[in-house]
Amino acid sequence: MSFDIGNPSIGLVFWTFVAFLLLLLLLRKFAWKPIMEAIGEREKSIEDALTSAEKAKAEMARLTNENEQLLKAARAERDVILKEAKELKDQIVADAKHLAQAEGAKLIEQARKEIDDQKKRALAEVKNQVSSLSLEIARKVLQKEFEDERKQEALVSDLLKDVKLN
Amino acid sequence: MDFRHFFDSKKISFIAIFAVLTTFSAVQAADTATADTIAATSHGAHAEEEFEPTNMIMEHISDAHDWHLWGHTSIPLPVILYTDKGFEFFLSSEFHHGEHDYHGTYYNYRLVDKKKIQVVNTAGGVDEEASKKVWDFSITKNVASMFLSVILLLLVFTSVAQAYKKRGAKAPKGLQSFLEPVILFVRDDIARPNIGHKYARFMPLLLTIFFFIWINNLLGLIPIFPGAANVTGNIAVTFVLALIVLVVVNFSGNKYYWKHILLPDVPWWLYPIMIPVELVGVISKPFALMIRLFANITAGHIIILSLISLIFVFKSLAIAPVSLAFVLFMNVLELLVAALQAFIFTLLTALFIGMAVEEHH
Repeated sequence: MSFDIGNPSIGLVFWTFVAFLLLLLLLRKFAWKPIMEAIGEREKSIEDALTSAEKAKAEMARLTNENEQLLKAARAERDVILKEAKELKDQIVADAKHLAQAEGAKLIEQARKEIDDQKKRALAEVKNQVSSLSLEIARKVLQKEFEDERKQEALVSDLLKDVKLN
Repeated sequence: MDFRHFFDSKKISFIAIFAVLTTFSAVQAADTATADTIAATSHGAHAEEEFEPTNMIMEHISDAHDWHLWGHTSIPLPVILYTDKGFEFFLSSEFHHGEHDYHGTYYNYRLVDKKKIQVVNTAGGVDEEASKKVWDFSITKNVASMFLSVILLLLVFTSVAQAYKKRGAKAPKGLQSFLEPVILFVRDDIARPNIGHKYARFMPLLLTIFFFIWINNLLGLIPIFPGAANVTGNIAVTFVLALIVLVVVNFSGNKYYWKHILLPDVPWWLYPIMIPVELVGVISKPFALMIRLFANITAGHIIILSLISLIFVFKSLAIAPVSLAFVLFMNVLELLVAALQAFIFTLLTALFIGMAVEEHH
């Protein structure tokens, strides 16, 4: 028996050639092309999905950030408004106080003036009363005093006594 | 999620593979034993013919004109001869395992050494002169097995392609999910790193080479009918594959590739040495591919068959368990080698293509 395993037989070479090329052509058309395309498409879709997820995440983060920003701004604004309101309130209270004080002072001033007037008027009345009374008294006293002649002469002499002719 | 059932099924499938391989080894042993006894009984004159492991092994790893099933039964295969007078078609069963000559239309043919078809002259001897003019294009066991693998590949991958078409961008399922990682492996670990961005054009070739070699390696490991042919361990097959690689590599070679071969970057007076060396390199790369695949697969088959032969060499049943244990080990190893050699062949093909299409800056 000869062992020519290292010697290719023409028939097998021919059939291998035919079979392999046929297999290559058929598989290329009916298997590899659709398979590679499908795998490529799937990979692309997965990549797209991942990219869009990433984008959505970024968008989400952006929105959250924006919300936070808005919240912060709103809070700041609220604080400002509250502060302003407080200031306004203080202002109003202070103004009112001033006004009240001024008004009070004015009233007191007026009252004092009135009182002074009243007092002056009352004093004037009392003076008049006192003067008329004293006049009356004086008239009555004089009347009484000068009822007798001697007394009148005594007084004149007295008075003349006092008057020294110098 | 509960993955226990998955491990269970893995364990079960491992046991199944183990059982099948054991059966195969046993069948192989029985097969060889019957062949041996038949050989012994057919030569009645010698009461107990010496068992020749070399003959048995060579017969098993060589091509044949019929597909042996068991004992004396085999499937006849068509013989196609191209003679100087025209084509001859007949079934290999006409030779009755080489015991009879076949009277063809143009010549009388004889099956010599169970595989060589030669012309017989009127005197009953082999006509060497006429035999040289006969070209044997028979569908031999290897050819038939190769056709079987081609059909299998076509069925498997067209169905997978259908699955891709039907399921679109959804996750793979069934056979598709088994083969997708392999396809992606060829693309991402073989083609892309070695060829670069121009890899897509060569994907069909690389995938076909990979799966063709792999399935033929696997079929060769089955010792009974649908397998048993040593296709990828035949130098004719590896020669064709290497030739295709040679053609593809050189036809896709760009100007840098040819400049590297014909005008290498060495002083001009070295050209008489460098150019022949580079040209030898062009041939030797695919040549190494051819020899590597052929030698690896053939060696694996020879080792397994040698281990089985031990039983008959020692003529003892006691050696059988030892022998079978080794055969089993070798079979599992060959399962690895089957994928490994397909991978190496494809990887080197991609590497050679990559070297040919590489752009220099």
